[in-house]
Amino acid sequence: MTATRTITFTLNGAPVSADVKPHHNLVELLQTHFGLTGARETCGQGLCGCCTVIVNGRSVSGCLYLASFVDGADVRTVEALDGAGKLSPVQEAFIEASAFQCGYCTPGFILMVTQLLDEHPDPDEEQIKHYLTGNLCRCATYPEVMDAVKLAARKRKAAASA
Amino acid sequence: MATTLNPAAKAGAQVGRSVPRLEGRDKVTGRAEYTHTMRLPGMLHAKLFRSTVPHGRIKSVDTSAAKKLPGVLHVVTVDDVRKVLPHPYYGPAFHDQPILADGKVRFVGEPVAAVISADPHIAEEAVQLITAEYEELPAIYDEVEALDTNIFVHEELKPAGTFADLKHLKGAKGTNLALDYRLRRGDFDKAYAAAAHKFEHEFKTQKVLHLSFEPFACICDYRETGVTFYDSTQGPSFVRTEMARLLGWPENKVRIKVPYLGSGYGSKLYIKLEALALALSMIARKPVKIAYTFEEMFYQITRHPSTFRIKSGVDKDGRIVARKCEVFWNGGAYADIGPRVTQKSGLTAAGPYDIDNVWIDSYALYTNMTPAGALRGFGVPQLVWAYENHTDMMARALNMDPVEFRRKNLAVEGKPHATGQMLKDHPVDKVMDKVLERMEWSKPFDKGGSGHIKRGRGFAIANKAVISPTTSVAIVNVAADGSATLYCGTVDMGQGSDTAMAQMVAEILNIPAEDVRVTPRDTDVTPYDMGTLGSRSLFHMGHAVRRAAEDARDKLKALAKEVGEPEGSNIPIADLFQKRYGMQAGNVIGSGIYKPDYTPPAPGTGQSPNVTPFWMVAGSGAEVEVDIETGHVKITKLVNVVDCGKAINPKSVETQISGAALMHLGFSMFEKMHLDGGQVTNASLADYKIPGFHDLPSVLESHYVEHDQSNGPFGAKGVGEVATFCVGPALANAIDDACGVRLMEMPLNAEAVYRAIRAKQGKPLEEA
Ligand code: FES
Ligand code: FES
Repeated sequence: MTATRTITFTLNGAPVSADVKPHHNLVELLQTHFGLTGARETCGQGLCGCCTVIVNGRSVSGCLYLASFVDGADVRTVEALDGAGKLSPVQEAFIEASAFQCGYCTPGFILMVTQLLDEHPDPDEEQIKHYLTGNLCRCATYPEVMDAVKLAARKRKAAASA
Repeated sequence: MATTLNPAAKAGAQVGRSVPRLEGRDKVTGRAEYTHTMRLPGMLHAKLFRSTVPHGRIKSVDTSAAKKLPGVLHVVTVDDVRKVLPHPYYGPAFHDQPILADGKVRFVGEPVAAVISADPHIAEEAVQLITAEYEELPAIYDEVEALDTNIFVHEELKPAGTFADLKHLKGAKGTNLALDYRLRRGDFDKAYAAAAHKFEHEFKTQKVLHLSFEPFACICDYRETGVTFYDSTQGPSFVRTEMARLLGWPENKVRIKVPYLGSGYGSKLYIKLEALALALSMIARKPVKIAYTFEEMFYQITRHPSTFRIKSGVDKDGRIVARKCEVFWNGGAYADIGPRVTQKSGLTAAGPYDIDNVWIDSYALYTNMTPAGALRGFGVPQLVWAYENHTDMMARALNMDPVEFRRKNLAVEGKPHATGQMLKDHPVDKVMDKVLERMEWSKPFDKGGSGHIKRGRGFAIANKAVISPTTSVAIVNVAADGSATLYCGTVDMGQGSDTAMAQMVAEILNIPAEDVRVTPRDTDVTPYDMGTLGSRSLFHMGHAVRRAAEDARDKLKALAKEVGEPEGSNIPIADLFQKRYGMQAGNVIGSGIYKPDYTPPAPGTGQSPNVTPFWMVAGSGAEVEVDIETGHVKITKLVNVVDCGKAINPKSVETQISGAALMHLGFSMFEKMHLDGGQVTNASLADYKIPGFHDLPSVLESHYVEHDQSNGPFGAKGVGEVATFCVGPALANAIDDACGVRLMEMPLNAEAVYRAIRAKQGKPLEEA
């Protein structure tokens, strides 16, 4: 259809390259070129958070973010969080608090919660709600996510003081 | 693993424990597999061209430009489908739905043609190049009008033949009525005529939809020797049977593989994309994937809008003596499971009350809208919406306390239901008491004084009969190292069924639930199950799983005896196999089947001593603040109580209660699919709002009453939908309590509330 272009970027710490077309978005790039399906497209409008990806340290909606824009960038996905097979404190907290049902929205929530706790290690409920307004869950696991965030904050604190 | 065959741990060690979800790690690491994100080597993509008119004859479809686009492999219409599948119609109750529109279109968004390409973007571009001409026909949208009109959605009714009670509809012409269910108990007319007080109301529910975050997806890989589907479905066994029927093949050549589901809530039942994917793969001779966008979900399946006319006669002591229910279900263009919703929910239309004279008419109707099916409650939330508003309105009119009025009329244990079945394990009184206790109902309530914020509270109760009769089969395979694998067709779409089923196996084999593996659904190895629907699985599949595990345990015991172990030996299972086979070899396979007893309802009266194996009971209480200057409603407290029998996994039960209630909060307060001349005008997440973090009530409570289901596996029964039933009417009752307005239709959004307030003040707003 249209011209293909080669981009190079860092994906979960490793240098990679891919041939992309101008209309490919980041979700499609991750799924088709790298087999990473943790970021997934639901609304396609930047409103649900299921497609969350971290680009240069900032969360973006992969459904609206053109693949060619990550040329030269540092890209991190949910698949990077359990490095060396060890779950992150946020992931552990989501399991312990039962903060998912179907799990389709879960990677997006986990990335956002990780970023939230990086910025506010000890958030109150209002901060949590506010930070996570862009993440929707049709299974409505919001009460459990709230518990998971608080639990993750405690886990991270304990790990830091250990 | 030192698993032993005679239980040393106390009973209940696995059942009743909040075992963390077995699939948790896959879900939090983003590695859980879903059909929508799956790829097969050599796979092609299909995109659909859809009807832009609600009702019309297809004059022509021009695919020539699409075919010319480089990269397009096939452009398919029903004529091409017929070449591979000569009878391209499907459906669970009626074979009324064509794989692609056949001569006529019946709703906006109906698939008319499909484009296949290796690149989904090319397929999408090609779809834009297709044009169609229609001879537009008048369309019908309203469910009540559909009963009495000369606009017919279908020329002729085509019952599937699988349901005996639909046979008489075969070939019927000149009607939109797909099913007419009746229940007659006592003499309604006489009792109503004699009643001291008479009440008559009409309630409506709007069109809402499931919107699973994993949109519909199916991959079909057809070969002459067999066909494999990778499918986001809640009912793999049904898909297999129906695909075999379309192909004229034995079932063993059809394989349905189901990874995790990005949920379903009833949308992914029966046939959705499978028949089309099959046709396309047959034509392309390659694996073909159809994966919907968010918008396309608005053109697949929704919940039934409904109109419910309810009449009650009450005697001078406040006893309801007569009730008539006329329910009209707006089924959209194709029947899907609507006739079953109409009947199986219709039978509970009179509510959890003890009423001697009951008359129910429940109508499934065709209209020119997106088809309707089951949505977390199988029709019951629409019924409860009506009868619990009605109950409060009567109590108010009679100057009776809504608690006392209900207490006088509750159908408690040992009373007959309207079907004639004696109620057992139906603790509606306990559920109501728990709601009232958590609402602190007996304490004085602050109604908010003279300002513009008015406070109110309300509650509602309800019941539902599980759909019956249905069958489940399970297999438990114990390997020579003592580890156990469960094969069961219940689809874990987020409700936690894999974990709960594993807990039952673990309980019987006396091993940790975490050590039981549940195989992903694959009809080549997973035995039959009717479907993951209507909260039936934990009970029906639970029994099958329990029996399979008991069968395996008994065979292990026999094996112990065979190798000379003394009675009551607790030799580790691995040693047992070692002794018997001389090495780590062999298997023990247990199987279990469950189908409950059932007596079909008598035709015409719906009477049966055994219409359902269990009842679900729910109650909700709500406190609200209504701003009478804007109509804005703030939910300050929402309490949801259910009876789930014994909780197999208490944490899962809790999340099912809160998840179901919050989903229903959306349906009650703001969700609505808007239609204008048959066109959906808000088919996106930007325009169709669903609940988010900020919609949580200030206080949200989930409770269950402890009441073992006497015929349930380990005393358990299903809990996936029950907390949806009462949220809407509890909120409406609270709004009325706060500001004296009664809304007869959902959603209860600020506009509706404000209009009602203005109308009450004698200053109605103009219609928009
Ligand atoms: S899919 Fe990107 S925000 Fe919803
Ligand atoms: S867990 Fe299902 S959408 Fe969030």
